Amino acid sequence: MSFFAPLDPVSALLIIPLAAAALLAVLPGYRLGAVINVIAAFLTLCAAALLFVAGRPAPGPYLLIDDLNVVFIALNSFVGFTTSVFSATYIAHELEIGRLTPRYLRFYHAMYQVLMFAMTLALMANNIGLMWVAIEIATLTTVIMVGLYRTHEALEAAWKYFILGSVGIALALFGTILVYVAAEPVIGEGIESMVWTSLIAQVAKLDPALLNVAFVFLLLGYGTKVGLAPLHAWLPDAHAEGPTPISAVLSGLLLNVALYAVLRFKILMAANTAVVAPGPLMVSMGLTSAVFAAFMLYRRRDIKRMFAYSSIEHMGIITFAFGMGGPLANFAGLLHMTMHSLTKSGIFFTVGHIAQIKGTQRIADIGGLTETHPWLGWGLVLGVVAIAGLPPLGIFTSEFLVVTSTFARAPLLAVILAFAILVAFAALLLRLNGLAFGEARGSTAPAEASYLPMFAHLGLVLAAGIYLPGPLVAWFQHVSSLLG
Amino acid sequence: MDHLAFDIAHLLAGGLVLVSFILLYQDRLYSLLNIYAIHAMVLAASVAWQARIQNAPHLYITALIALGFKAFIIPLALRRIVARLGIHREIETVVGIGPTMLAGMALVALSMVVMLKVTPGETPLAREDLAFALGVVLLGLLIMVTRRNAVSQVVGFMSLENGLVLAATGAKGMPLVVEISFAFSILIAFIVIGIFLFRIRERFDTVDIGALDRFRGEER
Repeated sequence: MSFFAPLDPVSALLIIPLAAAALLAVLPGYRLGAVINVIAAFLTLCAAALLFVAGRPAPGPYLLIDDLNVVFIALNSFVGFTTSVFSATYIAHELEIGRLTPRYLRFYHAMYQVLMFAMTLALMANNIGLMWVAIEIATLTTVIMVGLYRTHEALEAAWKYFILGSVGIALALFGTILVYVAAEPVIGEGIESMVWTSLIAQVAKLDPALLNVAFVFLLLGYGTKVGLAPLHAWLPDAHAEGPTPISAVLSGLLLNVALYAVLRFKILMAANTAVVAPGPLMVSMGLTSAVFAAFMLYRRRDIKRMFAYSSIEHMGIITFAFGMGGPLANFAGLLHMTMHSLTKSGIFFTVGHIAQIKGTQRIADIGGLTETHPWLGWGLVLGVVAIAGLPPLGIFTSEFLVVTSTFARAPLLAVILAFAILVAFAALLLRLNGLAFGEARGSTAPAEASYLPMFAHLGLVLAAGIYLPGPLVAWFQHVSSLLG
Repeated sequence: MDHLAFDIAHLLAGGLVLVSFILLYQDRLYSLLNIYAIHAMVLAASVAWQARIQNAPHLYITALIALGFKAFIIPLALRRIVARLGIHREIETVVGIGPTMLAGMALVALSMVVMLKVTPGETPLAREDLAFALGVVLLGLLIMVTRRNAVSQVVGFMSLENGLVLAATGAKGMPLVVEISFAFSILIAFIVIGIFLFRIRERFDTVDIGALDRFRGEER
């Protein structure tokens, strides 16, 4: 057994992407690169699956595996894998039309694996400093990827993302320092005062005033990365101008990782009764984002930008649900987060292929997809119907749970939330009508698409909407109770 | 605690706030970069002093990074970029100097009130340090929002980051400080290389962020 010791799932989750990144950076040939990328992502997924069966290591000063982050890690590796499959097809087409050169592709594949590494590290970090560093690396890699096409728009998007992301990251670091300053007199100097598990054990004794200020900074800082309303400006640009696989990873995963950081600190704050409750802050930011983004959906002309605003709306709903707290709302938040990740990345897979065929992202230039490209067209219909929250798909279940659980406790907030959901619903269906039905517009070239990732995601969302397996429900319920 | 040690730490941290104020009203890029170099030097002195009074030799590395990288390499690199791009004439400020200074004073007052109020249990040294650090961070944010020029926004961000390093070194025995200051240096290097490599000037014919708006995907 000693031979397998270094290959326990925890270190495998970190070593595989890093090794793959190094390999991809030196290997020439984009086909080989794409294949290795898929294989590495698949191995990461296997390692993540092993986490459920293998025994968990005791939390160390740097890494931690608990019931909460296993959910995030599993989701992260799954979407990471499907996106890598989609990316292989997508990138081949970009190369064909000369938008990317093989040299850039090598870079792109290496960066993809670095991003997977950074996100997994952020999710597994037991140390609030390490978590911050990992999220910074993830930000940097995505900035580079967003600017990959080096067009005016891409550079502007990357720059904006860079500046706003850096400010967010800086504020989060200040919050992290304040948590340390609060912990240091109780836990003592050194690394222990930054370890999440020792913080949570002692948090009741920490100075509440300092923790209050710290949480404001952390929420604003990591909230920027979640894309919450006053700080969301980078998100639509970054989604619209980068390569579509990156849009899928951004929406489906990176926003979750940032939200996970907020949740960790929320649990910390909630464990100290003297601290101002973190919930209302999250509720108001989430609600503002949802309402704001719902209205912004109407005036969008760019298809990727439209779905980026939809991501802001859904992250708002998820933050709202976690802010409300309690077993039911937390359960709804977790479910909604999972469903949104799957649906939104599925939609971006579809949209990526559509934009490639039509050669444009302008909504006005795309039309009649169900006639010209039935698979993509109906895939888009299914995706938009899912994201808009129609039954029987998974997002309906989770949105329904969020709204009903809120109705029992704060009816007024529930009305506002339901209103936002309806406004977004109408906007999405309005656009979908032109995109999928009616007169065909734009190129009708045959599609070279990989349908598997897209329908795998949407199929899972459909299945979850119809029937949630008992063990999954029990697991989510357990995690919800941890979230407080 | 030794009074002199405290006074010097206080002086250096306060000096950093003062230099932040000077940064706030610079209207030429070269002088902005010069003042930023002084900002980084004051930070280096402050960190080195903290390393001495806390008996934390690893902080000397942070001080060295601040001195070598931030006070010399980055300003020199930015000077070259400014000269290459031919934008050394002046920088326009969105808001006038008067209101900006008033806003800056209000922010520093705010950070004093907030930080001193929430840290009664800490040592005086840590309290003052955190209060000044928050002041520097907020002033850095103010610089970023009042400038439209990419280079001066970067200077604003770097001064903000200096505030964070001040806070991190002031927190007694905080681990990972060196790593964090190193990570930040990489971030800044990326930004500077980004301006240079992406040739925002060549691409957009200006480093004025306002002009970038034109290229947004949705403008008709």
